[in-house]
Formats: sequence, C-alpha cells, structure tokens
Amino acid sequence: MKPAPFDYVLAENAEQALAVLAQEGDAARVLAGGQSLVPMLNMRLARPGMVVDISRLHDLAAIHAGNHAISVGAMVRQADLLAHPHLADSHPLLAQALPWIGHPQTRAQGTVCGSLAHADPSAELPLLLTALDGSVTLRSRRGRRELSAVDFFLGMMTTDCAADEMIEQVRFPAKRPGAGYAFREFSRRDGDFAIVACAAAVTADGIELTLGGVGDRPHRRVWERLSGSALDDALNEFAWQSDARDDQHASARLRRDLVRSLGRQTIEEAQACRE
Amino acid sequence: MAADASVNIGRARPRVEDAALLTGAGQFIDDLAEPPGCLHAAVLRSPHAHALIRDIDTEKAKQVPGVTCVLTGEDLAAVSLPLVVGLKLPMQCWPMAVGKVRYAGEPVAVVVAASRYVAEDALDAIRVDYQSLEPVVSAMDALQPESSLLHEEVGANLVNDRRFRYGDPGAAFADAERVVEITVDYPRNAVTPIECYGVIAKFDPHAEAFDITANFQGPFSMHAVMARSLKVPGNRLRLRTPPDSGGSFGVKQGVFPYVVLMAIAARKAGRPVKWVEDRLEHLGASVSATNRRITLKAAVAGDGRISALDWDQVEDVGAYIRAPEPATLYRMHGNMTGAYDIQNVAIRNRIVVTNKTPTGLNRGFGGPQVYFALERLTAKIATELDLNPVDVIRRNLIAADAFPYRTATGALYDSGDYQRALAMALESDTYKELLARRDAARAAGRLYGIGFAAVVEPSVSNMGYVSTVMTPEERAKAGPKNGAQATATVRLDPLGGVGVQVASVPQGQGHRTVLGQVVGDVLGLDPAHVAVVTELDTARDAWTIASGNYASRFAAAVAGTAKLAAERLREKLAAIAAAQLNVRPDEVVFADGKVAAAGNPENAIPFARLAATSHWAPGTVPDGAEQALSETVYWTPPELTAPDADDRVNSSLCHGFIFDVCGVEVERATGRVSIERYLTVHDCGRILHPEMVDGQVRGGFANAVGAAFYEEYAYGADGSFRAGTFADYLVPTALEVPAPEIMHLEMPSPFTPLGAKGVGEGNCMSTPVALANAVSDALGREVTALPLTPDRVRGLIDEAEPPAPAGSEALPEPEGARTLRGEGEERFAISRDALWATLLDPATLEAIVPGCHAVEQVSEFQFHADVTLGVGPVKDRYKVEVLLSDLEAPQSATLSATATGALGSGSGTGHVYLVETPEGGSQLVYRYQASVGGKVAAVGGRLLDGAARMVIGQFFRALGRHADAERRRGFWGRLWARLTGLRMGSGR
Repeated sequence: MKPAPFDYVLAENAEQALAVLAQEGDAARVLAGGQSLVPMLNMRLARPGMVVDISRLHDLAAIHAGNHAISVGAMVRQADLLAHPHLADSHPLLAQALPWIGHPQTRAQGTVCGSLAHADPSAELPLLLTALDGSVTLRSRRGRRELSAVDFFLGMMTTDCAADEMIEQVRFPAKRPGAGYAFREFSRRDGDFAIVACAAAVTADGIELTLGGVGDRPHRRVWERLSGSALDDALNEFAWQSDARDDQHASARLRRDLVRSLGRQTIEEAQACRE
Repeated sequence: MAADASVNIGRARPRVEDAALLTGAGQFIDDLAEPPGCLHAAVLRSPHAHALIRDIDTEKAKQVPGVTCVLTGEDLAAVSLPLVVGLKLPMQCWPMAVGKVRYAGEPVAVVVAASRYVAEDALDAIRVDYQSLEPVVSAMDALQPESSLLHEEVGANLVNDRRFRYGDPGAAFADAERVVEITVDYPRNAVTPIECYGVIAKFDPHAEAFDITANFQGPFSMHAVMARSLKVPGNRLRLRTPPDSGGSFGVKQGVFPYVVLMAIAARKAGRPVKWVEDRLEHLGASVSATNRRITLKAAVAGDGRISALDWDQVEDVGAYIRAPEPATLYRMHGNMTGAYDIQNVAIRNRIVVTNKTPTGLNRGFGGPQVYFALERLTAKIATELDLNPVDVIRRNLIAADAFPYRTATGALYDSGDYQRALAMALESDTYKELLARRDAARAAGRLYGIGFAAVVEPSVSNMGYVSTVMTPEERAKAGPKNGAQATATVRLDPLGGVGVQVASVPQGQGHRTVLGQVVGDVLGLDPAHVAVVTELDTARDAWTIASGNYASRFAAAVAGTAKLAAERLREKLAAIAAAQLNVRPDEVVFADGKVAAAGNPENAIPFARLAATSHWAPGTVPDGAEQALSETVYWTPPELTAPDADDRVNSSLCHGFIFDVCGVEVERATGRVSIERYLTVHDCGRILHPEMVDGQVRGGFANAVGAAFYEEYAYGADGSFRAGTFADYLVPTALEVPAPEIMHLEMPSPFTPLGAKGVGEGNCMSTPVALANAVSDALGREVTALPLTPDRVRGLIDEAEPPAPAGSEALPEPEGARTLRGEGEERFAISRDALWATLLDPATLEAIVPGCHAVEQVSEFQFHADVTLGVGPVKDRYKVEVLLSDLEAPQSATLSATATGALGSGSGTGHVYLVETPEGGSQLVYRYQASVGGKVAAVGGRLLDGAARMVIGQFFRALGRHADAERRRGFWGRLWARLTGLRMGSGR
C-alpha cells in the first residue's frame, strides 16, 4: 500500500495551481484534504502523474455567509463548515446532515469541495448540494464558470469538471422562508457511507426529496403536496426509477425499501419542522 | 513454609504494560531497528481464484532501479520443501503458488528491493500469464464429484470423511418421540488485529542458519513445520518475537508461511529482508475462521430431554489444509454435546478444499461453528415442542454433582455448576425486565425477541486432539500425541531481584501484570519488584511445541507454571533461610519483602539479601540445601491423554461455562437489529485479575457482535474476494457494541495450578448464537445463517415488494450469487446495417472505445485491445480480449470479453440487439453480465456495479457519437460501412 511515483507541487497561489493543471491535463489530480485521494493513491487505484496540493491556498479556506447563500471555498474543511456560527438557522439541512459524514477525524481533514469533486454516489455532500439546488464554481486559466449541481454530477465519481479546472468554491442556498428540512440516513455502521440517505424539503407548494446512495448520483424529485397513499405511490415510483444498485452491503431491493420507508419518514420530519 | 498469601491474585492491579503502550512507546515489529543493509519485500498476489500459471515474466521487474531480486514459486520450490499439511495426503502446500493459484490473493512472486515503494513499483512490472480455471467457491459445491479439482494429485475436493459413534445413537433415534433437525451455515470471518503480519529475515551463509524475527504467536509446533520446509535442523532456525504485539486473536499463527517465504528471499538476496503485511493483504490472504455447513439432528423426548445427537459437518478449510488444520474441526471434538448430558452421539466430519484463503487459528476456534448449530437446535426444540427454551436447556444440563464429568466423546469437564449460573441470570432484574419489554413491544406490534445460549468454553488444548482425524489404526502407526507443555523460568539476580520468563508471546493480555502478581504472591513481594520478559527466542529460551499464546492457555497453564517455578525457587530459598533464621524450612514465611520465622516477625531477613546468597556467597548455602538461582518448570497436565482406540479425546484441559441472555428489537422496515440488553454469566474458574477477565469478555463479545451482524469475508461467485478494506469488511465499533452486563461464578479447576480456566474465547462461541436465537424469537422465523445483515433479516421477514409502476420495472433478480449485470439502449441516426458494420470494425473500435490505445484483429471474430478503463480517478491500463459469436447480421451478436490489468481482471458477456427505427435510424439494446476480480473487486465492491454500468455505457455512447460523425462524413463513410457490413455478413 505505497503509491506509485508521482510529481508533487505545493501550490503557493491559485494561479500556480491552475497553471500546473493546464499543463498536466488529465494526468494531474488536486489534493485538498486527502480523505479520498490519499487512500486511492496508496492502493494504487489512482495513479496521477502529478498531484497539486492546494492546502496552502488560504484564500480558498473562507466561508462567506450571505443573505441568500453560503459560499464555501475549496480549502474549507467539513468540520469548519459544521462549526460555522448560525449554520443551523441559515442552513438547517447542512447542520443536520454534516455530522453524518465519516467521523470527527475525517471531517477535520476532509474538505467540502473535495468530497463534491470526488462525487461518490453514497457521500452526503453531493446529495446536499443537489437537495439545496446549489452550484459549483469551476476555475481554470480559461476563466470561471458556474454549474448547478444537476449539471455538475454526471455519474459515479464523474463530474463535468474539466482536466484543467478545479473547484474554486461551492454555494449552498439558504433556507427558504416557510420551508421545513430533514435529513435521514441508513448505513451499516455509524460513519459509514450511506446505503440510502434522504434529504427532504417541504414548502407550502410542494415536497422535494433527494436521494443519495441509491443510483450513480443524487436524484431529486419534486412533487405537489402529497400525503397518504398518494405519497406512498409517489415514493414507490421514485424508488423504482432511481436505478438502485446492488453491492455486498445492501441489495437494490433493500435500497428501494429504504426509499419508501426512510423517504417517507424524512418527508414527515421536514413537514413537522415546518409546522 | 506457609501457604500462598494471595494478596495480589484476584485483585485488579494496575497493568504495568499500559503506560508504554498508551504513550506510543510500545516495541512492535515495525518499530524494531532494521538490521544493517535490510531490504524490503512486496508480494504479488493472484487476481484469480483458480488458474494455471503459464508463465511469469519478471525481467522488467528486475530492471527497476533498486530491485535486488525477484522470487517466484519455481525459485522457492527449487530450494525448499512444501509446508507439512495436516493430513496424510499428496497435497502440496507452498508459501507461494507453484504452477497454479488456488485462491485470490495467493502469493505469486516476491520482489526484494531497497524500499517497499520500489518493491511495489516492480510488482507492477511483473507479467503473469494465467489460464483461468473453474473456481470452487462454496463448501457444498466442493462436495460435488464433478467440481473442478484444486489438487489433481489428491483426486477430490472432499479430502477427508470420518464417521464416529459414541453410545448407541441408532437406538436412541429409533426410540425417540421426536427428531428435531436444523441445517446452518457458519460464515467466514476473522478477528482482525490492528497490527498485521511482520517478518524480518536474515540468513547466515557460513552457519547455514536462519535468524527470523516475526510477530508469530505459536503454537511452536509450527517451528518444526518451518524448519522442515527450509531444510534446516531446528537449531538452525532461530525464531524470535518482538516485545509487544498489536493483537492476534489466533490470527498471527498464520504468519508462518511468510516466515519461510521471507527466509528464502533473504537467502536469495544475500541481505536481511523485511516484510510488513498491509491491510489489503491481511484481509484478503492471511487467515480466517472456517466456514461450515452443519446439519444437526436431536432425538428428543416430549419434555425436551435430548437422548442423542447426530452431527453432519462439512468443513471448508480453503485452498489447502494448512497446518495446524484441520484443528478447527477437532478442537471441539470432546465438546460436541456442549453443556448437556447426552450419551449417544453420531458424528460425520467431512473436510473440503475450495478456492478461498486457507483457514487457521481464530478466536473461538471451532466453538462458534459448533454452538451456532447446537444452541440454534435447542431453541428450535423449544419452538417445535412448544416449551420454554430455558426449560429445554435446564433439562439437559450436566448435573452439578457430576464433575469431573466425562462426555460421550471423551472430554473430562473439570468443574462447574451450570444450574447455579442459569439461576443467576434468570433471577436477575435484567431478565425480568427483558420479559416485560418483550411483552410491551409485542403488544405494540413491534418485533422483539429474547435469546439464550449455554456453552462450555474449552481451554488449554491437548496437542493430540488433531490426531482424532486419523483412524485409530493410523494413530497407532504414527504413535501417540498428547499433552500441553507450558514452560516458565523464575530467576534471581545478584541484587535479589526476581525475573520471570515464559514461552507465551503475549498479545495485549497483560502477561507482565499477572505474572508479577502470581510470582509476587509466592515470594511475598510486591508485583512491581518482579520483572517479566515475554518475548521469545527459540535459541535461548525454554520452549516446547505447545509454547505460544493460543487456546486460552495463559491463565490456566502458563501462569500456573510460573507459580510452580516460583514455588520451587521458594522451597530452595526456604532451606537457605532456615539456616540463617534458625528455624525449620517449613517455618519460613515469605511476606512483605521479608523472609521471617513463622510467629516471630522480628526474626527476619530482607528477601533481596536472601535471594542474592547464591550469587555472592554460594559457600554459605548449608549442606543439604541447593543453590537458589533459577528454576525452569515444564508442566503438562496428566489429564490430557492421547485419543483412545474408540476415538474418545479429552481435547482440552479446562472447561468454563457461559450462560447468555439477551433481548433484541428488529426494525421491520430496515431489518436492522438493535441489542437492548445483554447479560453474560461466566465461570472461568479462579479469577486472577477481575478487570482483565472482564476485558476479555468485552473483547470477545465485540468480536461476536461483528460475527453476528457485520463481518464476513465475502467472495463472489467467481471466487473474487470482496472484503479488502475496512469499508468492505465491517468491524463494529464502540458505537455498535453495547456494554454487556457480566456476572461471575467462580468454580476453580482442580486440574490447574491456580484453579484458573480460560476466558478469552467464550463469548465468540455463545454470543453469535444467542443473538441469532433472539432474532429468531423476534421474527418467529428460523435463522440459519450469519451475519444477520439488514438484507438477510428483511429476507426472513419476507414481505412482498410493492410492484413497480408501469414502465419502470427493474431487471429480474438473478438466482444465487450476485453478479454485475445491466442493460441499456442507445439510439442512432444511421441505419441498422451501418451500425452493424461500425460495431465490427477494429478501426471504429479503436476510435470509439474510451481510452483505447490500439486494437488488433487476431482473427475474424477476435480482437485484442489495449485500453485505459476506469471511473473518475480510478484508472488503469488493461489488455482486453474480445470474442464475437452468435452473429446474426445485422440484428444481434454476443460479445465475450476479458480484461487484465494491475488492478485486477474482469470478464463478461454481453448481448447486443440492433433494431430498425421507423425514422430510418437504428436502436441498439444491450444486456450484460460481468464479473470482476483482483484488487479492484476487493476494495471497490461498493462501487463495482455502478462502475461497470458506467464503463459499458460509455462504450455505447461513444459508439453513437462516432456513428453519427461517420454519417456526417458522407459517401465514403457510407461506402466503408457497406463494404465492411458485407464482409461481416458473409463471414457468418
């Protein structure tokens, strides 16, 4: 479990990091908190020719809380976002869900943007960005572009981030007035990747449910206000259409079962938060 | 001489080990200074479960700068002998594959280099040409005569079949009111020590001797196996152990093949070689418990009294019967009636080999398998006869006045009062509360169950029990094997200090603390004044083949032997002291660091002064007394006799008892089981250190919660290993393991010097089945397999799934083992004929396959490609071979493909169907099944299904883009398409 040889640049500023990415293209990987990349390097699952370490880019370690959204820079650790003052007021969903990411030790190292860039289908952060209809700012020497979560996540561990781009920051919209939010997750052990994770938002107009861990990327569904058996039917349809995966920890059937049961509980909890 | 003061035994003295361990000052194998010039080894492992090795090309690896040498199976076989296997069979078990691989993860080559980094780089440069063979994955498959042979020279995968009869089981079953039967499968799992294997090997060419430091734990009978394999006499294999160990739980026994492998590597390299196993290697290829299929029948009276048992066990030892197997199967042979008085027993024991990692020592060792069947059966008897499970247990228990009790199969149970232990649990408030909670939960419609288990925990193994696998005639020819020699040395230094050395190799159990207490009590000293050394050096220390730390033998055998050695020294010291104190030797008292005349504490000398006598003034030792310097005791209990002519064997010396009661609630929607309360009552004989005993109980309990709910060394249907990381092999953490309530009943063993029995393995035997019984009770369903994952529990609840709405049906679930499978479709603007042509054209394939570097057409329907495949950052270069068959131009074809790369290998079959669309375009529908092996399967199990879909989807999407581009290219493209289409069409 030793990595294959690679070149390493400890970037002094964003421009230097982007220059290396532009030059190395597909051969380079950005290293932020290292919680996904370093194990993959050690197991030689990933063999980048170049690793660009952005941990010194302190400008990217800032959290900016505005009235409508919170912006999280590329070097913000998950623990820092969780500890951000008033997060529970402005972003109740984030405050509920961030403690489900790994363990205190991994949250202290792992970055918010790193998890999004990695795009593990069972990870909480891609689910949260999708649920909140957030966006990703990608930067390269060619310029900046902002993508919605839906456009950013293309599939399992695959995003629209080009080889010369890196995530500069992400933006999570704030709580909508009158909305209730809830997050629930089923995993085998505390801190494991989700078998199914659900994030719900209930407003006066409708219900939004976003699933993680089921298909190859988070799936979001929006309904008019539903309840009773109509909600059960809607959840059953969502369960069957979410392309549930099999793995050794859970069958596709269990995942669909969880969409139906956990999904409903999450929606009901969000509803209760609203009231 | 006065009797033991026992001022320290039985008290929870602070552990002397902990300060160093907790401050990072432990001396584990990877902390030891490397010998000068030390090189580092890395091991190349098979991605296949079963394959012939046609060729290994190590040339490129040898040229990697920093590489000293590369060792293959052929090199190994040229200079060493196979490891002795546990049965008289023409089976060759090497530490590294020779000619054939028989499990995924089996060593195939060793690279020795300047650093582990370089060694791993060189592994990537080794090319192995495998011819894959049909794997045999399950024990039941191995029983099929037509199953693919693992060992051709053995001639069958069923390698041993023994039947035993004790009493008259035939008559008992004929006369029985009822026969109750259960079939269970115990899974593969293992306790996973935090420290993996490590070996530092040196070879002295002048003395032709090996000097090895390894975190081996015993039994040291393996020393003989290693020396024989290395073709040296025992005195030329010096084996040492580090001062500290990061845990073993039996598992470190399995380092011994690597001792041989690295010894040979060091000899070839001409330099010392160090190898430290990583977690991926450990989980996939170290050792595991045996998986076992058991059918157990009981002849039962209407009141639940069992008159006979009929065992049919199929033991899966993996790819080889690696020594000391088949010990897992025979360790419990004397205990096949558990805690029950049953005189008639029939046993059939079959041993099979399969394409999985060889098995070996593991906490519980045979007990979890046996009790999973036996205690599930007693619960099932209660269900079938409508009795209280506690009554079934109680009616069959061995009577308290029957000890020492001889079981039908030959064990001599030393002591116990099982009824009293039951009463302690059943009269507790905990049990009453569980009953109330169950009533309340069930009234509310929830799923709540209570489970019980009564087990006898054997400890201190008889070194002869494995020979029960031989027939009495074979044993007579081979000569008897028996006993359990323990050794201890107590010595005095010139300043009167006391040193203790035992051949035990501790793994965190607190040997130094307990031996200080034991020897301190004998000599009247504070334990802090006793220095204990526990690392072992076979060239210098007293040891025997039974030495080591396994079979829960420390408290019962090793600490007891240290007591005997200290007593022998005390006797000699008393004779010297008697002369100085002017009393008879039996009037000398050792207490509080002084040696005094009984009844006259004023007449005393300091212990240190007396103890130094034989160093400084041996001439003052009186006539008739002996010098008191050092005493070594070898102790073996006379009760451990060899198996007799009727196959009766006293397989262990001590027999603790455990009675467990627990309550669980099952969440109907998710299948998750939560443990509400867990009470465990233990008789482990005399307790030497209460906190450490409770620590053993808690540790075993945590392992057992893992076995019950989480842990499995899972294999795919193709023999690929699927639990290569701790994200795949789920060990419960403090958050998943509740604290058990522990009660003790001390029934000292009459057979051990201190009255202690083993305690470390009991909950691994009792807890999985107690929890399974509770889940059975909660669901009203028969639990027959572990671990009880959410899926397995949901399967038992067995509710029909709400149907899919029209238009969103999923693929049908396949029968049996899960494979990667999927389907998809792409639409194209080009005609079906053009699409067909595109699909079969190497130039097209080269252009469209993502990451394709080159395609070579080997024959008309066969292509070889060099492709970079992967998902996200997980990429690797693969050699892909594609074969087209069942061509029905232009409508359907079958593609069979294999891919081989450093991360693993895969194979799959896909069917493509081409359909014309009304708009004049075409549609391609594909379905595939695939399997993936090697590292990527072991560590990526969670993502494999999605990754396979993604890679295959990429291919067809790229095909679509390419086809559209071709169409836009106009006439030439269309002509090309037509020409190639004709060619392929006529090729049918």
